[in-house]
Amino acid sequence: MTAQKLLTNIAFYALVVVIVVFSVFPFYYAIVTSFSTGTELFKVNYWPKVFDWGNYESVLGGRNFVRSIWNSVFIATTTVVFALFLAVTASYALARVRFRGRGLLLMMILAVSMFPQIAVLAGLFELVRFLGIFNTPYAMIMSYVIFTLPFTVWVLTTFMRDLPVEIEEAAIVDGATPWIIITKVFLPLLWPALVTTGLLAFIGAWNEFLFALTFTSSETTRTVPVAIGLLSGASQQEIPWGPIMAASVIVTVPLIILVLIFQRKIVAGLTAGGVKG
Amino acid sequence: MATNDGGLSLSQQRQRAAFWFLAPMLAALFFVAAWPLLRTIWFSLTNTLLSDLYGGEFIGFDNYLSIRVLESGRVIYRGTLVDPAWWNAVWNTVRFAFVSVFFETVLGLIVALVLNAEFKGRGLVRAAILIPWAIPTIVSAKMWAWMLNDQFGIINDILLNLGLIDQKIAWTASVDTAMYAVLMVDIWKTTPFMALLILAGLQMVPRDIYEAAKLDGVNPIKVFFKITLPLIRPALAVAIIFRMLDALRIFDLVYVLTPNSAATKTMSVISRENMIDFDKFAYGAAQSTLLFAIIAIFVSLYIWLGKVDLSGEGQK
Amino acid sequence: MTIMKGRAVRATATAAMLAVFGAPLAAEELFYVSGAVGNAVENFKTLVKPWEEATGNTVTLVPMPASTTDQFGQYRLWLAAGASDIDLYQTDVIWAPQLADHFVDLTEAAKDLAPQHFPSIIESQTVNGKLVALPIFTDAPALYYRKDLLDKYGKSPPKTWAELAETAKMIQDAERAEGKADLWGFVWQGNAYEGLTCNALEWVKSFGGGQIVEPDGTISINNENAVAALEAAKSWVGTISPDGVLAYQEEEARGVWQTGNAVFMRNWPYAYGLGNGDDSAVKGLFGVTTLPVGKEGDTSAATLGGWNVAVSKYSTKQEAAISLALYLAGPEAQKQRAIAESNLPTIISLYDDADIAAAQPIIPQWKDVFLNAVPRPSAPTLGKYNEVSAKFWSAVHSTLSGEGSAAENLELLEVDLTDLKGSGW
Repeated sequence: MTAQKLLTNIAFYALVVVIVVFSVFPFYYAIVTSFSTGTELFKVNYWPKVFDWGNYESVLGGRNFVRSIWNSVFIATTTVVFALFLAVTASYALARVRFRGRGLLLMMILAVSMFPQIAVLAGLFELVRFLGIFNTPYAMIMSYVIFTLPFTVWVLTTFMRDLPVEIEEAAIVDGATPWIIITKVFLPLLWPALVTTGLLAFIGAWNEFLFALTFTSSETTRTVPVAIGLLSGASQQEIPWGPIMAASVIVTVPLIILVLIFQRKIVAGLTAGGVKG
Repeated sequence: MATNDGGLSLSQQRQRAAFWFLAPMLAALFFVAAWPLLRTIWFSLTNTLLSDLYGGEFIGFDNYLSIRVLESGRVIYRGTLVDPAWWNAVWNTVRFAFVSVFFETVLGLIVALVLNAEFKGRGLVRAAILIPWAIPTIVSAKMWAWMLNDQFGIINDILLNLGLIDQKIAWTASVDTAMYAVLMVDIWKTTPFMALLILAGLQMVPRDIYEAAKLDGVNPIKVFFKITLPLIRPALAVAIIFRMLDALRIFDLVYVLTPNSAATKTMSVISRENMIDFDKFAYGAAQSTLLFAIIAIFVSLYIWLGKVDLSGEGQK
Repeated sequence: MTIMKGRAVRATATAAMLAVFGAPLAAEELFYVSGAVGNAVENFKTLVKPWEEATGNTVTLVPMPASTTDQFGQYRLWLAAGASDIDLYQTDVIWAPQLADHFVDLTEAAKDLAPQHFPSIIESQTVNGKLVALPIFTDAPALYYRKDLLDKYGKSPPKTWAELAETAKMIQDAERAEGKADLWGFVWQGNAYEGLTCNALEWVKSFGGGQIVEPDGTISINNENAVAALEAAKSWVGTISPDGVLAYQEEEARGVWQTGNAVFMRNWPYAYGLGNGDDSAVKGLFGVTTLPVGKEGDTSAATLGGWNVAVSKYSTKQEAAISLALYLAGPEAQKQRAIAESNLPTIISLYDDADIAAAQPIIPQWKDVFLNAVPRPSAPTLGKYNEVSAKFWSAVHSTLSGEGSAAENLELLEVDLTDLKGSGW
């Protein structure tokens, strides 16, 4: 019995190790690569042979990389705040108020998240130019609504629907307006779901590439993925693997830290709302 | 406020408030999503060129299918619906979507079950598996392109050292392996997300069910299939559909990893190619529209056949 | 000494420019968009400084992805929307016919400058009598060979493709027998992308198989010589070139080459400087020559690359933008570029320039390569060039990976191209 249990334990931990190695290895390899330069890059190394910070220096000392990080932070944060604000009010209406066509509306919101990015690119580009926000962060903030909003509305709606009726009834009896009900009654209860959806929206906005490339025309307004996509070698055909890997490590670390801090909340938030059928 | 609404019942009042709460969101979605999509659908019915966006004329459904009878009596079919390149892309996309979602679900389940167990260092492992998902797609595509490189790539090196292959494989180049390469990267990248969604479902299964089963000495595998799986089925169904939506639209990964390989070209990629690279803007718009239609049909079928209650209306 | 000289040169240049471009009127801020190529961004600041000082205007460089396909898509979208945010575009040699409508005609402005350039390049940028863009530098690939290995086995650089295959095979076998298991005979760019069009065009042309679509618009690709050329290339894959060559772009080929694992390489001039870098395994061990020919008597062919500057029709500062374009295409800027970035000049007289020869000995050598340059069929096929090129590289890629014979694929390609051509390009 104990032998069998030991065996099961070993098998279990072996599985854990396999999962972790499989997930982490590419990132680890990116770190290894980010420390090598020149011809060393073209050799397969399993362990970092040298610690050459040159790639990091060249990325961070590069013209606008730090600026790009700030752009990304600003755009992603604003997108999240904007999406959450619109989603909290909308999902209150969708979850707590009965009206005709509610199910249809939810399906339509889901339909928006089916739009292929490429299908709306040209139309969005026209809109961005019409509003005069081309090459400003607002172009990205506006266009990111298309993929952050349906998701946040969706998760928050399911979350709110499952909250008991009683908590609202008391407030209604006291004559509270819907706005008061949202801010005073629901918001405090919504935190786990807000953190989850907020983080998901943040990662989505942080990682987006196509819109960010299309709607900017100067180095100072670019976001991080675009900046990485545009890192260049010393000539037309040369790909700077070292700096690309260094930049990737730099932009991924904050996300990993965020995930580490919020990982409990993410699961809690999803448990509470997101995936309930 | 109160006097103004005096004539309205409470529920009418609430409905009015609901309307104002919904209005900003609906307006936002209309401008950034519906309007651009309608533009694209309109473009698909014209002969617009990218070099002259406003000079297109209405030509009906010719971009989809046009039938012309030549003087010789020969009938000529043109348009996306008879374009073999398009159907190749449809096939690639569908195949990609099914295979990747299948593996992501199975692997996601395994990972979720592991994470649902109590063990030391669970928090760290949970954070570790989220890394692939947090890395920007463009970055992970580049990272994998580097690892899959046939001469300097570490994957070939590992496989050679393990004796699994006897010569270096050109993963992204060869027609036979390009799809595997894309699948591998996609599975690596999105399994964590799948695992997370499933884990959330698993954590809602009451612990005492397991305890009871354990006491009765039921085989763990049986427990999984008889108890766990039915209980997490709704969560699984929603997770699968969200992933499916993403998989059918896949663009950036293919575009970076194997940009021109006919073996991996998906609907989004071919539509972009026509719209932008080939200056056949309207033709590409028609393909985008078809892509949207295919996804919509797909999702409806899934919801209908799987009786997935997405809106949650049925619960109450 | 050099500093003094540099200053003197700059002073004269500034004075000359004041004469040419006139005194500053109102200071304008221009935006110049270009694929970001290494130190080009840093160098650009130095490059335009004399012009900025002379005219009082300023230029901001907007760097774009290095992938020309990405750049092209982006520029097309911006131009289609009539975006006035960008004043000048750096354009690939093949784009002129496709973007001609959006750019200003420079014929009049460049009437003194244009005759100093290679006529073939000016011609490539002229669409229906309109000079769409001015060349700023050119590019043409060559055959890189390992001097040390050829000497070791008493071989000379190959003149024909058959000779190349034979030499490569012989050295590869001999070296592998000595334990260098990773050594390959010949690396080139076989990925399905624009670079394969360039490679394959060189094979076809040097076998006497024409240039896919001839200048008068006839589709010439389906012929015996072209079939022979593709069959020859097919025979390299897996023998003297790794199977993976079908996924190689320039960088992968250079990687194999620079780690000392290839005898021959087809590549652009950029690999020359890098191959002689301190960490390169082939430093000082290689030479460059023109690409081989099909059989004795054929002429070698190198695909014409290179970059140009065009002024957007939608720019609100056209006068200043044209002045900058003239400066960038002019002798001072080209010379500076040649010295700092080893870019090949398009002004004929610069190939005899002593300063350039001293700083970049490779450039005068490249004149021979460049004289054999063959343009891709972008001029006759106009807006459809990208599609023609995509169909061509797909046909070639299929042939090389063994899906259908060369004859079959080229026959199919001819049908496809005829369809695409319709009643005319």
